[in-house]
Amino acid sequence: MAESSGSVKAQTRRQMLSEFWFYFSENTGAKIGLFVFIGLVLIAIFADVIAPHAANVQYRDALLVPPVWQEGGRWEYILGTDAVGRDMLSRLIYGSRFSLFIGCVVVAIAVTGGVTIGLIAGYFRGWVDMVIMRVMDVILAFPSLLLALVLVAILGPGLTNAMIAIAIVLQPHFVRLTRASVLNEINREYVTSARVAGAPPFYLMTRTILPNCLGPVTVQATLSFSNAILDAAALGFLGMGAQPPTPEWGTMLAEAREFILRAWWVVTFPGIAILITVLAINLMGDGLRDALDPKLKRT
Amino acid sequence: MLGFILKRIGLLIPTFIGITIVSFGFVRVLPGDPVLLMAGERGLTDERYAALLTEFGYDRPIWVQYFEYLRDLLSGDFGNSLVTKQPVLTEFFTLFPATVELSLCAIIIAICIGIPAGIIAASKRGTFLDQAIMGTALVGYSMPIFWLGLLLIIVFSGMLGWTPVSGRISLLYFFPADTGFMLIDSLRSGQKGAFASAVNHLILPSFMLATIPLAVIARQTRSAMLEVLGEDYVRTARAKGLAPARVVGVHALRNAMIPVITVIGLSVGTLLAGAILTETIFSWPGIGKWMVDSIFRRDYPVVQSGLLLIAVMVMIVNLLVDMTYGLINPRIRHT
Repeated sequence: MAESSGSVKAQTRRQMLSEFWFYFSENTGAKIGLFVFIGLVLIAIFADVIAPHAANVQYRDALLVPPVWQEGGRWEYILGTDAVGRDMLSRLIYGSRFSLFIGCVVVAIAVTGGVTIGLIAGYFRGWVDMVIMRVMDVILAFPSLLLALVLVAILGPGLTNAMIAIAIVLQPHFVRLTRASVLNEINREYVTSARVAGAPPFYLMTRTILPNCLGPVTVQATLSFSNAILDAAALGFLGMGAQPPTPEWGTMLAEAREFILRAWWVVTFPGIAILITVLAINLMGDGLRDALDPKLKRT
Repeated sequence: MLGFILKRIGLLIPTFIGITIVSFGFVRVLPGDPVLLMAGERGLTDERYAALLTEFGYDRPIWVQYFEYLRDLLSGDFGNSLVTKQPVLTEFFTLFPATVELSLCAIIIAICIGIPAGIIAASKRGTFLDQAIMGTALVGYSMPIFWLGLLLIIVFSGMLGWTPVSGRISLLYFFPADTGFMLIDSLRSGQKGAFASAVNHLILPSFMLATIPLAVIARQTRSAMLEVLGEDYVRTARAKGLAPARVVGVHALRNAMIPVITVIGLSVGTLLAGAILTETIFSWPGIGKWMVDSIFRRDYPVVQSGLLLIAVMVMIVNLLVDMTYGLINPRIRHT
């Protein structure tokens, strides 16, 4: 009996997955985004193997060498070198680790915190809900980057603090979204029947209601992933995120600012790297929304 | 309608109190002694420290301090900058027009390009044109705008030499800043070439700032149009034999605009966040750059009050958007 219910479960799961993949893969952009993203993950994992040079080694005989296709370029430094003779390509490759790491950590903190708080607000309602939502309103009243900047000023500049600040700023979106879905689900019959069957509140919140709220949260998480990368790069660019000589893309751009009119490559490539990463994730996000949002599915 | 407005304002009061608590608490959670931070002086003697402690009121209970802070705010006292010694409020209102001018230009660019682009994409759904527009919009939406700003400088200032790199107007011109809006002031000054110089300085930063709102507006317009184009009344209008341009431009567009206006209103926060980056890159003397500089200079009274003033501005704009929304869509008023 138990075995058969297990296999039924596994079968439904497989069916759901294949349905998900069907809708996701209908969107060409989403597929491209997914492949690029997988590529980026592989680059980040195997950075030590792929990168031709170490990220922070300075070659004193090769300051501001242009990319290989330009006059004066060298094959040792395919995308050229920066002002202190570090290989651009290697720094970009190592930089992918930071961006993906930032995205993962920020989204993990924001989702865990946001979903928990949103569940509590939506489930208990009353004054708990009111207090939580007013606090979220206050956070949302500040422009996100400004609040993140001020938070970093309080916590002290650095990558860890920048990630915490961005997570705090992104969190209210998850709270609102989860709360709205909980309110939408809580009066459905399946929830009532679970409650009548004697399920305790914690079980109801986490096992009965939560799984049905995860669709929009997943889509929002993808969007937040790209926002986190952009915001962290912006903070790095303003000197409040990762500190030099970390090969974080935003920090690289900040270091490159004074050379913008002399060496276009030190400015162009880190930006392209950020753009490609964010674009890939946003393309995936569009595909996820198509696949997970039942309302759009029918139209 | 009045009841609707009053209700909305009532809802804002807790948020406003929350904002004041955040800006009040900001100085107190900073690492280090708040007296030293707010005084901005080094090598304080014990007597001077005690005097400042009493002056700032940090020796009193925290809730007394908060209510005094609130009283000061309501009487218009936002403290003085440590660097310039000027009242923060004066500085804010001197610099604010620069940010408003930049943001308005950006939002006008975003609307003038974004809405037509979205309409074209929706009415040519599935074609190459649609995909090209939406692809461009997605790239714009994913753009690290500070990088775009640097690229614009490389191309238009460095390679082509068309536009200046920073500031609001060429140093050749000097006239009183009556309104604080450079475009208006330069026109009123009557100096030859002043207006052109102001426009020239404004183009790159406003384009940079417009990028993300433009992409968002284009995407929102397209999806709102697609939704509306499928409605019965649009089919009726078509069946009546109206010209396609009239169906799209009048019958569909009017109804599709409601979500678009919301998006435009909501982009005010995005614009202010973007202004921080834009103003830093183009040395634009507005409140975004002022805030960043103050954070770096540890000018905490400015950061504290600037944070509050900006949040209140965002709040007021959101209220105005809500009201416009209520005006356009009467159903909202009654919920």
